[in-house]
Amino acid sequence: MTEELIIAGFGGQGVLSMGKILAYSGVMEDKEVSWMPSYGPEQRGGTSNVTVIISDERICSPIISKYDTAIVLNQQSLDKFENTVKPGGLLIYDPNGITHEPTRKDINIYKIAATEKAQEMGISKVFNMVVLGGFLKLKPIVGSEFIHKGLEKSLPARHHNLIPQNEEAIEIGKGLIEAVHTL
Amino acid sequence: MAKELKLMKGNEAIARAMIASGTDGYFGYPITPQSEVMETLMAEKPWETTGMVVLQAESELASINMVYGGAATGKKVATSSSSPGISLMQEGLTYLAGAEIPCVIMNAMRGGPGLGTIQPAQSDYFQSVKGGGHGDYQLYTIAPSSVQEMYDFVFDAWDIAFKYRNPVLILTDGAIGQCMEKCYTRDYIPRWTEEERRQHAPWGTWGKPATRSHNIITSLELESSRQEVFNQKLQAKYREMEEKEVRFEALNCEDADYIFVAYGTSARICMKSMELARAKGLKVGLLRLITLYPFPKKQIAELAKKVKGMLCVEMSAGQMIEDVKLAANCSIPIEHYGRFGGIIPSPEEVLEAMEKEIIK
Amino acid sequence: MANLDIVKPENLVYTKTKVLTDNVMHYCPGCGHGTAHRIIAEVIDEMGIQDKTIGVSPVGCSVLAYNYFDVDFQEAAHGRAPAVATAIKRLNPDCFVFTYQGDGDLAAIGTAETLHAANRGENITMVFINNGIYGMTGGQMAPTTLVGMKSATTPYGRRVDLNGYPLRITELLATLPGTYYVTRQSVHTPGNVRKAKAAIRKAFENQKLNKGLSFVEICSSCNSGWKMTPVQANKWMEENMFPNYPLGDIKVDGKLCENITAERLVLDHPLTVVNK
Repeated sequence: MTEELIIAGFGGQGVLSMGKILAYSGVMEDKEVSWMPSYGPEQRGGTSNVTVIISDERICSPIISKYDTAIVLNQQSLDKFENTVKPGGLLIYDPNGITHEPTRKDINIYKIAATEKAQEMGISKVFNMVVLGGFLKLKPIVGSEFIHKGLEKSLPARHHNLIPQNEEAIEIGKGLIEAVHTL
Repeated sequence: MAKELKLMKGNEAIARAMIASGTDGYFGYPITPQSEVMETLMAEKPWETTGMVVLQAESELASINMVYGGAATGKKVATSSSSPGISLMQEGLTYLAGAEIPCVIMNAMRGGPGLGTIQPAQSDYFQSVKGGGHGDYQLYTIAPSSVQEMYDFVFDAWDIAFKYRNPVLILTDGAIGQCMEKCYTRDYIPRWTEEERRQHAPWGTWGKPATRSHNIITSLELESSRQEVFNQKLQAKYREMEEKEVRFEALNCEDADYIFVAYGTSARICMKSMELARAKGLKVGLLRLITLYPFPKKQIAELAKKVKGMLCVEMSAGQMIEDVKLAANCSIPIEHYGRFGGIIPSPEEVLEAMEKEIIK
Repeated sequence: MANLDIVKPENLVYTKTKVLTDNVMHYCPGCGHGTAHRIIAEVIDEMGIQDKTIGVSPVGCSVLAYNYFDVDFQEAAHGRAPAVATAIKRLNPDCFVFTYQGDGDLAAIGTAETLHAANRGENITMVFINNGIYGMTGGQMAPTTLVGMKSATTPYGRRVDLNGYPLRITELLATLPGTYYVTRQSVHTPGNVRKAKAAIRKAFENQKLNKGLSFVEICSSCNSGWKMTPVQANKWMEENMFPNYPLGDIKVDGKLCENITAERLVLDHPLTVVNK
């Protein structure tokens, strides 16, 4: 099993930490992982993205140009990464602020209204976990017990009291994701 | 500090390895994409645990000269920077090499020339292995291509630095510095005691006891004939390194018709390109260079007798290829493929270059 | 009396300190470096810290200082001695660490290292030999060259509009909270040698207190570079250097001295001098 995905959105949406939690969960399940962020000025308020690879084998390049999955959280990221999904791959987007819907017919497309749901429930801080939940529903590449361990490892000890809230958000995400176009 | 499995950035791995390997001092100056090295050290506060000194200097010029001062006392002293900062450090590096001071320097390369970009590059190869500063000298140059190697090579670097009384350069790039991967950390090797320091560095400026004459750390010799003798001694040391300390990894080279030659991030890209090539039925291998100085000349010469062509892949306009061609004596087609300015080539384009330029 | 009679132990009233080696110094006759070296070595000897002292020499006339002090010594790149000394001291806090630098080294190419070592309050001793000129390279303008003073690169005299002002880095450093002791001395008369030695002693003793940087400027002549006899050079120094670089303590025990007024710190109109 090798899953190559990119998560992209605005700085501040928790893109990097979502990737880190997923990667750390992979480590806990004894898989090979890599987490490669975009860095530099683009981090500061602009778009932010991270490539995460989880595999049973030694990972070749941590930097790739075609992905099994793209999770895009704003229009710019959708525009930039829709065409980088491998044929037959998966695209997940949050419809919040999206004016041009994805158009590809050779990939599976799902949407998750995580921004809206998180605001409605007053859990904006764990918005990214709602998205992660949606992804894990479609591709359960790491077991939920390992997600728990990944959260423990990724979050500083002083935030460990927030782990239940994060896990709850993941569960909400699993129920929220809906198909737009499937093969 | 005990053995542990963690997910960490390459830069963080360097910092944690410095602490765990019993490093006595780190002196640095912030520069993207490697500032996490000093940030991690400052957050870890090793001065409260191992006694390691960490100081933010006023410039790279100062930090490399702090390395020169601290390391001259026989302690394990390190610094890190990125391309423009490493350029500033060249003065200190040639003094360190000239005075034969063991120390460790990490360069997380970014695109140049000048201020360039902050994105990953491999365009400091010439600077690293062909001098950089003035005078005939060599830095032992080792190129990690994973976070685990970033960690492990710090330990190896100390062994080499003190074995040969020579600066060691860990040459990496922004991609490996910023990338997070699994990393097995090691048990803490205690910092040297006073007794051990004196044993490892009898030449150091640690205070002259009545039992020995004063130790002088200098690279100055006004008498040309003596300077020549000293240069010959340095060259003999470099030949010994070339004989004994070459490191590389040969992947799928046994049956290969064609091979990639690459190091660091480029080697990782090439691993993927090789996988794609094998899936197409092409017998492609990869020679991943680990030491850039000493350069694996013999291994390349041997491979050149077996394979039909080589593609050198480097995030530069083509620097390492010169050494590959020399080692292979231009006996087979050898071409360069590279992107630069901070662009990382995709595995697909690298394979395409192999097919177009070498396999044809 | 024959020579042999004079060297008998009972006739011995003064001897070379053991902290100086027997190497013959390369300095020009009349130069202040030899005396400055000697008083530093004597202080190290008298304090009993020969086995704990690490010196750092500059690039300049005193580049070979390590040949003369019988203590562990490091030769730094041009201007970088304060950075080198910073790390030596931080990694070896029980050692006594001093730099020995000239004006070009300390106040031109090494200004940043000097200023920041002082500003960090590094617990080291810096000895600064100011002779207003680049001695070793043949008498070019230094940052401390006086207005009007001729040098190899100001053959018609230093002009403020072309070359800027003489840099009084000692006064500048005194204004930083990181400096604990700042003084300017000379070694051209026996009385001044005694005062300078006391200053060096204090600057080394201060390292035990851990309260910041101790800085001793020694205003010195360079008769070769100034193209004068040693006696002329000393007289010229008194008449021209001292008004621009007044002798005495500037900051003691972390406090500016009472006579150090704002006017004294900031010499608005540097005096213009004339040499041949």
